[in-house]
Order: sequence, then C-alpha cells, then structure tokens
Amino acid sequence: MQVRFEVNGKAVEVEVEPRLTLADCLRHHLRLTGTHVGCEHGVCGACTVLVDGAAVRSCLMLAAQAEGSKVVTIEGLSRDDDLTPLQKSFRKHHALQCGFCTPGMITTAHALLSEEPDCDADRVREVLSGNLCRCTGYISIVEAVLDARSAYKPGGGA
Amino acid sequence: VRTVNSFIGSPIERLEDLRFLRGRGQYVDDVPRAGVLHAAILRSSVAHGRIRRIDVAAARTHPGVHSVLTATDLLNAPYLGGRVPRVPMRLQPLPDFEPFGQPVIAESKVRYVGEALAVVLADSPAVAEDALALIEVDIEPLPVIPDRRASAQCGALLFEEQGSNLAIKFRAVRGDADAVFKDAPYIRRESFRTQRHTALPMEPRGLLAEWDAERGRLTVCGGAKVLFFNRRTLAKQMGLAEDAVELVENDVGGGFGARGEFYPEDFLIPFAARHCGRAVRWTEDRREHLMTINHAREAECDIEIACTRDGRILGLRGHAYVDVGAYMRTNGAVGARNIAQFMSGPYRIEHIDIDVSLLLTNKTPVGTYRGPGRFETDFFRERLIDMVAQDLELDRVEIRRRNLVAHADMPYRIATITPFESKDEFDSGDYHATLDRCLAEFNWAGKQQLQGKLIEGRYHGLALGCFIEGGAAGPKESARIALEPDGRYAVYVGSSAIGQGLETAFAQIAADALEVPMERIRGVFHGTTSYVSDGYGAYHSRSVVMGGSALLDAAEKLRAEIRARAAARLGCVPGEVEIVDGSTAVAPGGKSLPLQGLSSDGIAAEGAFLNKKHTYTYGAHAAHVAVDPKLGHIELIDYVIVEDCGRAINPLTLHGQAIGSAVQGLGGATMEHLVYDREGQLLTGSLADYLIPTASDFPTIRAVVLEEHPSPINPLGAKGAGEGGIIAAGGVMANAVANALGSFGAQPRELPLTPSRVWALAQPAQSIA
Repeated sequence: MQVRFEVNGKAVEVEVEPRLTLADCLRHHLRLTGTHVGCEHGVCGACTVLVDGAAVRSCLMLAAQAEGSKVVTIEGLSRDDDLTPLQKSFRKHHALQCGFCTPGMITTAHALLSEEPDCDADRVREVLSGNLCRCTGYISIVEAVLDARSAYKPGGGA
Repeated sequence: VRTVNSFIGSPIERLEDLRFLRGRGQYVDDVPRAGVLHAAILRSSVAHGRIRRIDVAAARTHPGVHSVLTATDLLNAPYLGGRVPRVPMRLQPLPDFEPFGQPVIAESKVRYVGEALAVVLADSPAVAEDALALIEVDIEPLPVIPDRRASAQCGALLFEEQGSNLAIKFRAVRGDADAVFKDAPYIRRESFRTQRHTALPMEPRGLLAEWDAERGRLTVCGGAKVLFFNRRTLAKQMGLAEDAVELVENDVGGGFGARGEFYPEDFLIPFAARHCGRAVRWTEDRREHLMTINHAREAECDIEIACTRDGRILGLRGHAYVDVGAYMRTNGAVGARNIAQFMSGPYRIEHIDIDVSLLLTNKTPVGTYRGPGRFETDFFRERLIDMVAQDLELDRVEIRRRNLVAHADMPYRIATITPFESKDEFDSGDYHATLDRCLAEFNWAGKQQLQGKLIEGRYHGLALGCFIEGGAAGPKESARIALEPDGRYAVYVGSSAIGQGLETAFAQIAADALEVPMERIRGVFHGTTSYVSDGYGAYHSRSVVMGGSALLDAAEKLRAEIRARAAARLGCVPGEVEIVDGSTAVAPGGKSLPLQGLSSDGIAAEGAFLNKKHTYTYGAHAAHVAVDPKLGHIELIDYVIVEDCGRAINPLTLHGQAIGSAVQGLGGATMEHLVYDREGQLLTGSLADYLIPTASDFPTIRAVVLEEHPSPINPLGAKGAGEGGIIAAGGVMANAVANALGSFGAQPRELPLTPSRVWALAQPAQSIA
C-alpha cells in the first residue's frame, strides 16, 4: 500500500506492506538509521520519534498509521555544522556511552523540553524512565536534560 | 617551543559523541547493503529432547524463501569435513571442556530452549519469520535438568556418553585451611545464592556476511570484542586461510562481557552466505537475545569462615556451585573460576580452600557479565563478614580494617587455582585508604544513628563493602601508528570498541606519546582484523592498559623511524634529529624539515605490549537505604563508590563507567532475574518481564576515582577499570537491607532483593529468605 507523510520536513511517499512498522519503514525504506530498534515491544524507547510533535515508539506504530502526519527523527533534530544545545549538553555531561539509546533519549527529551522547559529533575526522571540505557546509569542524562532547559525557553536557541 | 601535552588525565569530551548524538553512528543493522537475504532462526521450544525429524519442505517452497538450512546441510558441505562445528573455548581451553562444546546447530539432541534448529533465508525478515512457522519439528522429550541440584544427581544426562553433568571442578588453595579450622576460636557456616541474569546490551546482536566466491573471501560485519579470535575460529571451521576472512567491527551498542563472543550464529550466518552465494543479514529480536546470549551469575555456595574472637579472619573454606547451562561456551568457565579465586576478595586470608563445581543444566549456556564471579563472591563474602561482625559484636568497619590486605604487603599473592594452574598477585595499592575515603565521602560517622531506625514507616539501613577488580588480561596487544603524507597520524589498534569511549582515550594517549594536538590524530581505527597483524580485543578491563601501552611502543618506534628518514635528508645521524611539535624534524644547527610530505606513502610502525600480570583496581562502596516493610520496596537514599585505578586517562569517561556499572550492579542486586520453570522454559523473554533499572530507580550515586597508587606493571601506570561499580553492589545492598530490618532478624541469603523477598524478610517470624 501507498503511504504519504512528512519526514523531517520533506514529503515522502512509500510503498509498504500493511504490517510494516514505522521504525522499519524509517530505517530500511527511507534509510534513516538513526532511529534504533532495541526491543520491538515498546519497552526500551530507542526507536522514539516525534509524530506531530509527540514522542512516539515507532516500533509500536505501523507505517500506514503515519499517513498524513509530520514525523521528526534524530536526523531531523540534528545539524551538519554543529551540535544542537541539547546534544552539546549530552556531550558535556557524558550522557552517552555506546550511543544506541541516545537518539531515543534526545527525541524524548526534546519533546519534553519543548512542552515543559521549566520541568524539574523528578519530572525529567519520570519522562525518561520509559527509555532504557544500559551504559550510563542515567544520572548524567538527567543532568544533561536539566542543563539544556534554558535553550528551550523563549530566545534560547534550541 | 616544545609542546608538552597533558591530554592523558584530562576530561576530554568524546570524539564518538559527534556521530552518536546525531544518529550517525553505524551499527551493524545500519550498514547499507542491497540484495541481501534475511535470515531467521528456528529455535527449540523444548529444553531437553532427541530430535526425531525436522521437515522443512513447506518452508522451502514458501514464496520469497530462498533456502532453509539444517544440520544436514552442514554435514553435506564438503568444506566442513562431514561434521557440525562446535563453539570453541576461548579462555581456560582445557580438554575437559571439549565434550561439552556447543554444536552450532542442533544435530541429534536439543539441550536448551532457544537452541538453533534451522535457518530460513528469505527476501525479507518478515517472510523469513513467516516461514519458520511452516517448519515441522518432532522432538522426543527427555527429563529436564532445571537446576544444579538435579544436575549433580545425574538422574538425566545432558551428554550421556560423559556419564556425568559435572563439567569440571576448580579449586583455589592457599595455606592449610583444614588445619586452621581444627582449633579456630570461632567458625560460622552459611549458604548464599545469586541469581541468573545477563549483560543485556541495548543493541541486539546482528551480522552481515558476504562470500566472494571468485576470490574465496569471506567478509563479516557485526564483529565485536574479540575479532581476531573469532576470525581464527571461523577460518578454521570453514577450511579457509585466516587472511581469507575479514571481520569488521561497526559501532557496537554495548558489550559488558556478553556481546562479541563466538556464538553459534557467528558460524551459521557466514555459512549461509557461502552456501547461498549471497550476502546474508541477521538481526536478533529481544526475545531471541534473552534466550540465546550468554547468561551469567547463577551460583550458590556453602562456605565456612574461621576467625579469632577479635575478628581476624584465619581461614575460608567451602564449596560453590555454578549452573553453567547446557554447554561450555567460549568464556563459560570464567565466572566459576573467579568465584574460587576471589572468594577472599581484598582481604588477607592465609588459609583458603574453595572448590567450585561447574554443573550442566537445560538452560542457556553462560559466559561473562561485567565483574564475572566477583559480583557473586562480593555478595557471599561481604554478607558473611557482616554476620561475623554481628556474632562477635564488632564494628563493621573495624572488622574490615583488621583484614584488608595492607599497603606494606604489596604485591600480595592470592590463592592458586587448579586446574589450568594460575598464580596471581595484587599489584599495588592502599586498600585501607579507599575504605577511609569512602566512609568520609559518605559521612558514615554522621549517619550512624540511622541504622535500623523507623522514620515515617520506613526502616533505614547502612552498609559498606570492599572490592578488588582484576584487569589487563594478557598475553599481548598490538597497535600501529601511521604518519600520513599530509602530516596527520592514523592510529590502528587490536583492541575493540564496545561503547566505552576507546577512540577518545586512545587519541589522548597517542597525542601525548607523539606530542601533537589531538586534532592531528586523524582517527583511531579499531577492531577490524585488517588493521593490525593480531589483536586480543576488549575483555577483562584490558583495553587501556594493554592497547594503551602498545600505543606508547608504536609511537616510540614511529618516532625512531621518522628520525631515521629525516636524518637521511638532513645529513645527520638519526639520534641527532629532534622532532618538534610532532610536525618538524630538526637537525643540530637548526636545519629543519616538515614531517608533512616526508614520505609520499606515509610511514608506519607497529608496536606491542606483552604482559602476563594483572592489574587490580580496588575500593569500597557505601549505601544508605530506606525499606518499606509493607511494600518490600527499597529506596536508595545515598550510594558512594571510591576506587583507585592507578591512572585515569579520561576522568569524565571513567566516572561514567563507575556510575554506569554501579547501576547495573544495583539492578542485579534488586530486580534482574532470568527465571525458568521446572520444564526449562524461560519465563522472562521480554523487557517487560526481565527488568533493568530505569532513570527513576537509582538517582543518587556518587563516584570518586583516585590515582594514588599507579600500577607498577605497565608504562601508563593504569589499571583496568570500569567494573568496580558493579562488583560490590550486591553485597552492599543486601547488607543495607539486613541493617535496616535488623529488628526482624533479617538475613538476606539470596539475590535479587525483589519486593516480595524484602517483604518476607520484614515478617516478624521470618529469619530465612
């Protein structure tokens, strides 16, 4: 079947099987391999992307369900010339090691900070508790997200 | 002006992050390759049985299926010599283990749920999985051996021809334990148990194999950890020369001991590529991962300690039992061996006699998980020491101080292991100093009144524990540095990157050794078998010590070569040439030559570091918990880790290792558990069942990394680090819960400390969990 949606600001039209997940569609049909698949049952959060601004597990959503929506992946939250303030904060706080969960952490944190730039540590922990990381122990990730809040406030530059 | 670098020791932000943060890492499933066949593997749903028939006819004719392979196809492949290859032992390769090696695909019997029976190759992963359902399997069930007790009784045998389910016994001996127990003033005997759990890297395993029939070459992406060993293994199994096989390491989403060992799939997928003449891709799903990657940690012990009345430990003896699962895989003996050798931990115990039995069961085979054997023994030993302190009415800190190996005793010889005789010694350190520092950071003295105190419905508890972490496994590591025509340097190492920040740490070491800015290091290239002549990879916290020291040697040799080449042009002898800023060669009298363009095809030198001794990082943990007796919930209020690793290459990443490994350890202490039923069925086959810590579980952990006592056995002075956070966590958390629930007489003897188990410990009549 044909599915039309927008990915990182570009309109795409993809021929997919009805059973294809959005994650596999992004990774294998559109070659956006920054979205990672860690469990395929919605627990680990590595595949998190933004669908119409909301953080969504792309392994639990069919590509067909994306019809007409605006999808943003880690590639869409990145720039060629430099890291974004959120990414810089992750680097500064050593909030990643192997990097596999990182795209999901960034997309989840971006969705949170876009909605709630004044969130506190408990709120950050609560929201990130749906994303598994096996390397860092999370403390540095929470610090990185808190430190990036200012960039999401008016005039912050995120 | 001569540059004096100090990248080593600086908290340099990681080079790897630039690609990982933008989704530009390339893990094996991201490697583009058109026209591949996708593999899916049929796995046994029976834990123990004899294969009567596997009928693949319907699967073979399913639209989109290219072929279906079973053991028969391996037996018919001329280059395999009529036998199904076995997974070899990489560490402790004793002949005793050979009969228990795992066939890469089940041939006549299945011995655990998850064992490979058939491989489907199809145009898409979905079609391959569809076809799995069309394969008919008839297995005659045999009695299941679900645990080590049933294994020892040998009511059923996994390998009938061996006559026993005991793979081997290791024994650790020092002094004469039986003699000292005869007239010891105080003896306590206890039994403890740690549970089966696993490393769980976030990236599932995957492989992409290509066979070039014309050139007879095999290329396999998805290697990790020990590529050179895996290449040797695969080449031998396939009847190919080593240099006809290339293993490529892509970005690796976590290792922790489990990922990168040679698994059955590491043969099956390359074989499928050669068999079909097509590139073949395989990526496991999480359920497959949980039932096939190496498990770890399932151990029990019956142990006795002998002490003086003032708490000086005289001897330690007893038996330990490790459930090794259905086969002996590559490093399946390491955890058990370490249980024997490190039961005494960082303490001076003159008389030791511990044996450990490796018992086969119908469960997934075991391998290493970060801190193998050490996590288990720290739980056993530190629990036992707290029990002794309680019996003898001694302070828990004081009893540890009285027994820690003293600075003056270094190097300190530890118990000798047989068979595969291994003698080892602690290299250096002041174990009392890290304990004292940990207590100071934690404010142990200031928190004493909290012990067992009931505050707002929760009991507070404190605990401390000491550990040692082995590192720097030999025998050797290789590195090569090339001065490229543009004047930049490329670094190639035999070590492997598994997400630990190897590229950054090695760039720091290389830049310092070459006396150049880090920007002049064009890249650190690792893992892939074509970069250096040989390599030993990433395990046993060895990369920085072994690979880093090899880099120093390569840099020295490269600088000598540059001097020789420059001297020829400058008209002086090589010894007179000075290399300034890593970019200019200067002769006596000031005549100079830029290194850029010194050679049109570059200049390279390969270095090595040989080492048979181990480094020992050491330290202490302290914990403050609050336990809800009604819910069995443990809240971690404070946790402090202090460790001395000799020399920190990058304090930022080292600190990250300490915190990250601590959270893994706290997961093992409180929640992680691979549960099987009596029929050998894995009950925790998803991440909804197998729990690991999340961001809200352990938000308060502090780590202090010291560099007070460099290792005397390598030029960097570094010690293997990164496992210290995990090792003590089980013992410390169990002791903290015992301390909190002291009024109930709670004595945890088993992990994990799940809510139901903690609740049971807080029941008034309860004394044994």
